[in-house]
Amino acid sequence: MTESVLRLDHFNFFIGENQILNDINLKFQRKKVTAIMGPSGCGKTSMIRCINRMNEWVKNARVEGEILFYGKNLFQMDPILLRRKIGMVFQRPNPFPTMSIFENVIAGYLLNGIKLSKTDKERIVEDSLRKAALWDEVKDGIHRKGTFLSGGQQQRLCIARALAMNPRLLLLDEPTSALDPKATSHIEELIIELKKTVTIVLVTHNIAQASRVSDFTAFLYLGELVEYGETTKMFTVPEDKRTEEYLTGKFG
Amino acid sequence: MKKSSLKIRHAKNYLFIGIIGLCSILLMIPLILIFYQLITLGGKSINLTFLTQIPKSPGESGGGIYNAIVGTTLLVALASLVSIPLGILTGVYISEYQNSRLSGAVRTCVDILQGTPSIVIGIIVYTWVVRPMSQFSAISGGVALGIMMLPVIIKTTEETLGLIPMSLKEASLALGVPYYKTILKVVIPTGFSGILTGILLSISRVAGETAPLLFTAFGNAFLTYSIFKPISAIPLLIFNYATSPYEEWHQLAWGASLLVVGMILLLNLVAKGVTKR
Repeated sequence: MTESVLRLDHFNFFIGENQILNDINLKFQRKKVTAIMGPSGCGKTSMIRCINRMNEWVKNARVEGEILFYGKNLFQMDPILLRRKIGMVFQRPNPFPTMSIFENVIAGYLLNGIKLSKTDKERIVEDSLRKAALWDEVKDGIHRKGTFLSGGQQQRLCIARALAMNPRLLLLDEPTSALDPKATSHIEELIIELKKTVTIVLVTHNIAQASRVSDFTAFLYLGELVEYGETTKMFTVPEDKRTEEYLTGKFG
Repeated sequence: MKKSSLKIRHAKNYLFIGIIGLCSILLMIPLILIFYQLITLGGKSINLTFLTQIPKSPGESGGGIYNAIVGTTLLVALASLVSIPLGILTGVYISEYQNSRLSGAVRTCVDILQGTPSIVIGIIVYTWVVRPMSQFSAISGGVALGIMMLPVIIKTTEETLGLIPMSLKEASLALGVPYYKTILKVVIPTGFSGILTGILLSISRVAGETAPLLFTAFGNAFLTYSIFKPISAIPLLIFNYATSPYEEWHQLAWGASLLVVGMILLLNLVAKGVTKR
């Protein structure tokens, strides 16, 4: 077994009276892609939004149990510093409309007021865009507005923006749900490439996508972790009946 | 369905479109007439002297309204100085905390403030500022106009920021950007054109206000740049000169009217341009 980057330990999440996540125990392996799969409303997105503590903006949200990030309970860490180590990409591409492509990539530095030399800026922008497989497409118009790009390019720009901060963990919240099939396959190839350097948690409601890109899969249903294991194994011989039914399209 | 009844329906449709179109055209007529009147009566007064010299004594021809142009500029600048930052920040609060009790109270206050007659604001600022300073002044005029600008700025800021998608704010927060920096560096710049529109509209609203200046800026026949002295303003000058018995002053009042309406029109056109961008 490789080292675990992130571990959910008897983790519960509530919004008001509603229990969204129920006693989740889960380990994420380093430099692997773990897919979190399940029907709408099962708590997938809530779960990864707890990991970078974005759910703290939700009214009446409450957590029980622990999430350990490199062995430390992340609820005792400073959320601002935590989020710089955990990158996130959202369902819909959301580049900053007031910024150029160049500025979007280093937005994490610009907005935080972190000073960079000109050469550092250029290096980080090129590196991040190369990692996000966008460099060749945009290098000639890098000072144009990011919102001129196509949806798929914008999403890769958002991935580059997250990578620029050099995160240890990358959270992808249904990153292809707003994209066409071609852009989707681009992003999927990219995810497989990116796991060489960073641990990835991918939320998806697309079963085929989970099978194509992930090493491990967690199946969530109604806030419970039904099954977790290696993707190849779960997709061929699922242990739980509910997993089998979901994979064969009986519900979800 | 019979063919003839279908024809009648079509005819009714055309009639309806005709009526609403006609009403819209009728609406434009008063504005066009106002401009026509102002240009024929005031157009000939507008020249370089008009814009760069102060009024002459009654009976002498020539002279301009430079003192009032300076006064209006200074008053609007003073008003903007306080009301723009205060208005934007209040707008940010009520758009961020839509459901808080404070936001509800603020919204009610803004609505009431917007409906408060400007003469009442004038008389209140007279008690608050002019009496303690025992002096009519540009400051007091600026305060009165600033209070009138606030509701417009607050409301447009709230509406603009309400249109900015949550996902944009989240993008910033997820990069580890603190909340206050997210608001100042992402949310406000993204809504900048909308906020700017609100500012321009609020300026165009107060630039032509007379009532709140009657007991505050008061007016001044001479040129002053001091914010502690009574100061002229274009609408005040129109009021004073139009009610005077001198023909030359009537001329200046017409010219000043054309100038102030032209300015307001220009501000509105700029505001429209900014919104489109």
